[in-house]
Amino acid sequence: MSLKSRLEEGKFVITAEVGPLKGTDTSEIEEIAELLRGMVDAANATDQQSSVMRLGSLATCRLLKEKGLEPVLQMTCRDRNRLALQSDLLSAYVLGIENVLALTGDLPALGDQPQAKPVYDLDSVQLLWVINRLNEGYDMVGNELQGKTNFFPGAVVTPEADTEAKRELQLIKMEKKIATGARFFQTQAVYNVDSFAKFMKRVEGFNIPILAGVIPLKSAGMARFMNKNVAGVFVPEELIDQMAKAEDKAQMGIEIAANLIKELKDICHGVHIMAIGWERKVPAILDAAGL
Amino acid sequence: MIVSQQKPWEEILGYLDGEDGIFILGCNGCAQASGSGGPTQVAEMQQKLEGAGKEVTGTMVIDFLCQKALVKSRLRARTEQVAAADSILVMTCGLGVQAVAASVNKVCHPSCDTVNMGGSRGEWPSDERCMECGECLLEYTGGICPLTACTKSLTNGACGGAREGKCELDPEKDCGWELIYQRLKQKDQLGQLRKFIPPKSWDKMMPNPKTMSTALWALEKTG
Repeated sequence: MSLKSRLEEGKFVITAEVGPLKGTDTSEIEEIAELLRGMVDAANATDQQSSVMRLGSLATCRLLKEKGLEPVLQMTCRDRNRLALQSDLLSAYVLGIENVLALTGDLPALGDQPQAKPVYDLDSVQLLWVINRLNEGYDMVGNELQGKTNFFPGAVVTPEADTEAKRELQLIKMEKKIATGARFFQTQAVYNVDSFAKFMKRVEGFNIPILAGVIPLKSAGMARFMNKNVAGVFVPEELIDQMAKAEDKAQMGIEIAANLIKELKDICHGVHIMAIGWERKVPAILDAAGL
Repeated sequence: MIVSQQKPWEEILGYLDGEDGIFILGCNGCAQASGSGGPTQVAEMQQKLEGAGKEVTGTMVIDFLCQKALVKSRLRARTEQVAAADSILVMTCGLGVQAVAASVNKVCHPSCDTVNMGGSRGEWPSDERCMECGECLLEYTGGICPLTACTKSLTNGACGGAREGKCELDPEKDCGWELIYQRLKQKDQLGQLRKFIPPKSWDKMMPNPKTMSTALWALEKTG
């Protein structure tokens, strides 16, 4: 059953992130795809995450599909102008990719080639609008397409905020994304379920499926690093303590992620696991979460 | 020198929808030289607005609207007229609109688009920045330019990258969109954030290919 059908039928959905590597060796992607097939409903291929140059999300999505895993194409506005975005969307559809996650994209200045020219010709809201134009059979200036797309567009939201402005700006932009065509959301990593429940309460009226982000902790150091450097991620001290004290860090990371998923299961429509190098542990996390 | 031109009349009138009293501000600097916001255009605008059923509570042309201290000191003499207005229509470049919006706690509508000068950039010794995009968005962003205030020049709202109100690129730099949020909240205009801003015509701010020609190419043309 497709991601779209599962979400539309209100079934709990599990997605996982697959991060392409720098280079042409695809053996790891293929191994992970086989491992995740049947365990998750769909897998996101990231689009040069953190602005580090890598194998593209389009090719990765195709590899995932060939391995029997439903892909979600992550598409940022960072590197492509409107012509390239529209053309790549058509290419993706022709290659059998139906889910697209529209993102603004990290700044090139934060990546491994900071000399790059940032594009941002469109923003994520406008990209969603463009995807829906293609679905209607037109390009963004109204020219008719010979054969339209039928994408299932998604978007992202950061549920945690450290200022009132950030919280409200995220919510208003979320509404705008829904108005321009987003059909599901995947979130930044969630560690505080109570606070996430408050977010869910506020967006209840939006009537849109939300997949809570889960990043398994690998160490106390990783948690502190994310608190310091990753916007919208707040790992509570209690979890950092548990990681610091654990003898088997990997086992503790899996347990914490599984517990989060168990708690999140009742308050949102699915989870999106971003394992960041720990993709092989996803089956163990899902198993411990009873999924 | 910053070149500006009047926005289409329907667009300006749309900004003023639901407002009755308008105070008009012009600029004796570049806007006068551009023919977009000098005394002549301010007088014309007053007539047009009155013809459209608006009340013009006052008009003023200040030497340089991009100088906040000057704007504040000159407007002090007109406090009552400004207070009586629902908003200020600012007939000048993006720098001037941003300076007025930062100086006066009133809704400030941009009356002009600031146009590109073939690749050169207007420089001004103040915090306001204008990219001469040719499609001024200051109406929707509380008089703070999202193209220059946001590192990614996003037009439909913030990315998720800010931390404690600062840009992810530089902890010293304010998140432009958080500034816009605060300004709109202060002016009771948060509804502006819900409007979809369509993709921009970036070609309006690209250097004209003709002015980018090389000296060699230009010499060749002289035959």
